[in-house]
Amino acid sequence: MDSNIIIKLNKVNFYYGQSRALTDITMNFRKNKVSALIGPSGCGKSTLLRLLNRMNDLIDGTKVEGEILFEDMNIYSKDVDPVEIRRKVGMVFQKPNPFPKTIYNNISYGPKLTSMNTDDLDALVEQSLKQAVLWDEVKDILNKSAMNLSGGQQQRLCIARALAMKPDILLMDEPTSALDPISTAKIEELIEELKKNYTIIIVTHNMQQAARISDETAFFYLGNLVEYNKTEKIFTNPDVKHTEDYITGRFG
Amino acid sequence: MEDIMKSFKNNSMKWRYFKQALFFGAVRFSALIIALALGGILFYIIVNGIGAINWDFITKPPTDSMTKGGIMPAILGTIYLTIGAIAIGLPLGIASAIYLTEYAKQGRIIRLIKVGINCLAGVPSVVFGLFGLGSFVIFLKFGSSILSGSLTLGFLILPTIIGAAEEALKAVPQTFREASLSLGVSKWQTIYRIVLPNALPGILTGSILGIGRAAGETAPIMFTAAAYFTAKLPGSIFDEVMALPYHIYVLATAGTNIEATRPIQFGTVLVLVAVVLSIDLIAIIIRSYMRKNKRW
Repeated sequence: MDSNIIIKLNKVNFYYGQSRALTDITMNFRKNKVSALIGPSGCGKSTLLRLLNRMNDLIDGTKVEGEILFEDMNIYSKDVDPVEIRRKVGMVFQKPNPFPKTIYNNISYGPKLTSMNTDDLDALVEQSLKQAVLWDEVKDILNKSAMNLSGGQQQRLCIARALAMKPDILLMDEPTSALDPISTAKIEELIEELKKNYTIIIVTHNMQQAARISDETAFFYLGNLVEYNKTEKIFTNPDVKHTEDYITGRFG
Repeated sequence: MEDIMKSFKNNSMKWRYFKQALFFGAVRFSALIIALALGGILFYIIVNGIGAINWDFITKPPTDSMTKGGIMPAILGTIYLTIGAIAIGLPLGIASAIYLTEYAKQGRIIRLIKVGINCLAGVPSVVFGLFGLGSFVIFLKFGSSILSGSLTLGFLILPTIIGAAEEALKAVPQTFREASLSLGVSKWQTIYRIVLPNALPGILTGSILGIGRAAGETAPIMFTAAAYFTAKLPGSIFDEVMALPYHIYVLATAGTNIEATRPIQFGTVLVLVAVVLSIDLIAIIIRSYMRKNKRW
């Protein structure tokens, strides 16, 4: 396997009960790149994202076919513990969802409970908050409740919380859709910075956002992968007519 | 034409205002009746009972075939039994609710279990008493004791606590669970560290109802824990105790001199109400302390 590839999907089908949400998805995600998943609502892009850290396991009556290889290990094989996968594949959600705890405890929660090397928890908290460009804003209120922060700050806190686990991959499910333009810009800058060390896969409804921040873009429609290409190519000269129609706003 | 429209409009508005006033009035009236009934009962108990209350009444055992003296053993017995019932019912109820909401696959069997729990809530308390007599007093040979009574009362309040805990667990936002699980924290840790702390205030609120019921029930402890008379205080959980509800029942129906003990009966009722309220108050204080950090 190409050493630049971190996740490989091979003929993946996914079902909610009887209905098929993803059809024969085969694609590779590359290391230290930002990959954007776009498409109209219900096209399966969020479902795909949640497959990558086995969050769909939480829903009763779902079924996965095909294989998803994370560094050559099939994450859906029987002997793989989903908890282990989630430590390596972090996730940021659509709505900021900090715990009703202090800022400090939000960050230290994961590392403490997963028996990571936590000799210097203070340093880890500081490092994670700095990576999420939140440190300067919260360094004096680490013991205040995270619920007092603004929406944009909360979302960066959630990113810091995910980073504290030192994951390889960061999944982001429309991370800015609940935020104002200024907070959105901050998060986008942050993504630019983070891709040096992490592989980022982001679902977005905002086409400009995909164009601005991603290296590669995948367009989904009705559970099918229509086109997966370099972002530049997708937004200037896509191979598939359908992609062009969607991007130029002719449907969707 | 315009006039007709106007008068029609006016009439229909008037009718709507009238309907609104009518329904508001009805709702207010219902609330008033409940408040009056509750206030009336309390007032009646206090007026009739306050005369019997003094320091000796709450610190001394009964004397002269329970026509004089205090009710201290019964107060203590009721407190023991209530605490015992909570100690048994609360952990068991919370554990059941966690299983039902967090672990069990939702399906026909779980629905059946939930129906069963609701039925349990409707079982007459005397049936619980007989169940306690058969299983704890006789079969497990605990005898008539604090332990048997606590177990019986614990099972009696179980459906209330399970129901309250289920609702409280469901009220914890799913996003908290997702956030925790997405960090690679295990399911049990997620429940223990995130879900349960956020559900506890709600669980306690529901449990207050159960606490009141445990303290006030007579039938379940009649065969399992309550003594007709014992001046001696219990030395272990295998001893019989007097209890306030049973004491009231005894004085009012089987006492040596029912009319003469009327004031003592009312005094005992007043003390029972006070004991239940103070146990509730403790739960409320714990709850408000835990709620301080809750905001989502």
